[in-house]
Amino acid sequence: MKAAVHCRGVAAGYNGVSVLDGVDLDVAPGEWVAIIGPNGAGKTTLLRAVTGLVAATGTVELRGRAVSSLRRRELAAVAALVPQTPVIPEGMTVLDYVLLGRTPYIPYWRSETVGDVDRVRQVLEDLDLAGFAGRVMGSMSGGERQRAILARALAQDAAVLVLDEPTTGLDLGHQQQVLELVDSMRRRHGLAVLSALHDLTLAAQFSDKVVLLAGGTVVATGPPGRVLTPQRLAAEFGSDVRVQHFGDGTMAIVPMRAGGRPGPPGRSADRGVDEEPDHIGDDAADTGDDEVLGAGDDRM
Amino acid sequence: MTGTAAAVGPARLRGRTLLAALGAVAVVSSMSLLLGPASVNPWGAILETLDRLPLVSIDSGLDARESAIIWELRLPRLVLAGLVGATLAIAGGAYQGVFRNPLADPYLLGVAAGAGLGATIAIVSTDVTTSVPPLAFAGGALAVLATYGLARVGGRNRSGMTLILSGVAVAAFFTALQTFLQQQHADTIRQVFSWILGRLSTAGWGEVRLLLPYAVVSWVVLLAHRRHLDVLAVGEDEAGALGMDIGRVRLVVVLAATLGTAAAVAVSGLIGFVGIIVPHMIRLVSGPSHRSLLPLSLVMGAGFLVLTDLVARTAMSGGELPIGVVTAFVGAPFFAFVLGTSARTA
Repeated sequence: MKAAVHCRGVAAGYNGVSVLDGVDLDVAPGEWVAIIGPNGAGKTTLLRAVTGLVAATGTVELRGRAVSSLRRRELAAVAALVPQTPVIPEGMTVLDYVLLGRTPYIPYWRSETVGDVDRVRQVLEDLDLAGFAGRVMGSMSGGERQRAILARALAQDAAVLVLDEPTTGLDLGHQQQVLELVDSMRRRHGLAVLSALHDLTLAAQFSDKVVLLAGGTVVATGPPGRVLTPQRLAAEFGSDVRVQHFGDGTMAIVPMRAGGRPGPPGRSADRGVDEEPDHIGDDAADTGDDEVLGAGDDRM
Repeated sequence: MTGTAAAVGPARLRGRTLLAALGAVAVVSSMSLLLGPASVNPWGAILETLDRLPLVSIDSGLDARESAIIWELRLPRLVLAGLVGATLAIAGGAYQGVFRNPLADPYLLGVAAGAGLGATIAIVSTDVTTSVPPLAFAGGALAVLATYGLARVGGRNRSGMTLILSGVAVAAFFTALQTFLQQQHADTIRQVFSWILGRLSTAGWGEVRLLLPYAVVSWVVLLAHRRHLDVLAVGEDEAGALGMDIGRVRLVVVLAATLGTAAAVAVSGLIGFVGIIVPHMIRLVSGPSHRSLLPLSLVMGAGFLVLTDLVARTAMSGGELPIGVVTAFVGAPFFAFVLGTSARTA
């Protein structure tokens, strides 16, 4: 099967300043890959290179076709982008906004067809937005708006969904809700999902594979349990963390305050968490224990 | 809730709104046809107009003088005002959409300054006033090319802002040239000024014939890009990610809007603010979608300038106000209003 996204030795930059250098990345159809890394690591640039919004050297292919050889319209039919801070047009209704996702399918001199509008209504139903069709985008709450933005991307009927920090500005519940929606759409339609996520716990929870990016290169790639080790996170993020593995295969990344203590009692860990390290399966085999490693103690 | 979703459709031009707009234009057009220093039997005037339509033959009962007033003076002026107003208004709506700037106006990009220079050259160097329109048109088109070229040199990724700043620079340069020429030929300064202030008073069927083909091409192309301008509302970056060829859309829309503007300026002089006032009024009433904004701007732009021209030629007894003065009188405060509201929402 052709990889949904295939990158080899990708380099890109702005105004002569290199941002990405020699990045390899693969996303299989139906797979969720999360790009993590500190601010300025090049996460957004990588997503923009994949969607052809930034010129890149090296190999960037979507379903076996070089991004540079695709026209904008063809590209948009293969990869849909949810930008980090989308522009919300003043006075536009949710229906019209989601309809923008049909742009790659509407010939230049034509208008949308009934089929395009039906597809939009279907996506609105799927995301529980049917009742919001006539609402103005600007009047929606953060969670509703993010669902509408996701709806626009889904209306593109692209095989690859590219999400740049889709949970920015959302509360805990809505972060979860939006990512669950992405996940259910991924499962239902076999979408390949490539997302930048700053929340490592969510990245670990939803992705099949994480790519740790730092300084424009890939530092580690693999299942979350393998990549998200305290040593690596301490080295790349400059922050001491505790990695907690739970019995059900999920994990949490908890930042530590100086002195090696987690945050105030009761805030860092959910109730019912095993305090003892709980290693499960292969994932945890080489993560070591959940002991905090780093320079924190030395700094004191 | 599902029921409401089925009832909500994409933004579009509603038939009722269009009819109301056409009705308003019909009313101001009739008023403009009937009002003037010379009184003409209203019923006769309407019959006279209908009589000129192909395949219609009606005896209007007007004498030759009245017939000439309607046919040679008021009607061409009415039609020209309508064409100029429609063209400036739809071009304004299109510029505002393509640059995503509520203050963008057809006179941006140096069109007005370029046309002004062309007209000044025509007035100072020839005695024939018929050379004004072609030279004004050439000047306007040249200014836009200069603006586009400058923006291209200025930045590899031409944003709307680069283009607007280039327009300011080009306009300043062309205005300087025009002022210099004007100073050198003080004897024609009055003629140059009356052109710059905008005038429809000498309008005849010749001007209408000159403007019509350019205006229609401009309208058709701009109306065909209504949907693209709505896509551009999410910004160039996202519009690109949605599969739109931004460079092509921007080039085609800017060229079409400029073609219309330059042709309108060439026959009527500089009539400012129409491209700001009309699209903004329509946005307030029927929303920001270009699907309704552009066609309504076309219709209401015509009505607006016909009404303005009526005011310009009837407000002062015994004389005419330059129409550009009237539009500026209404337009400048309106500009301030738009500036205020866009600052609040930005």
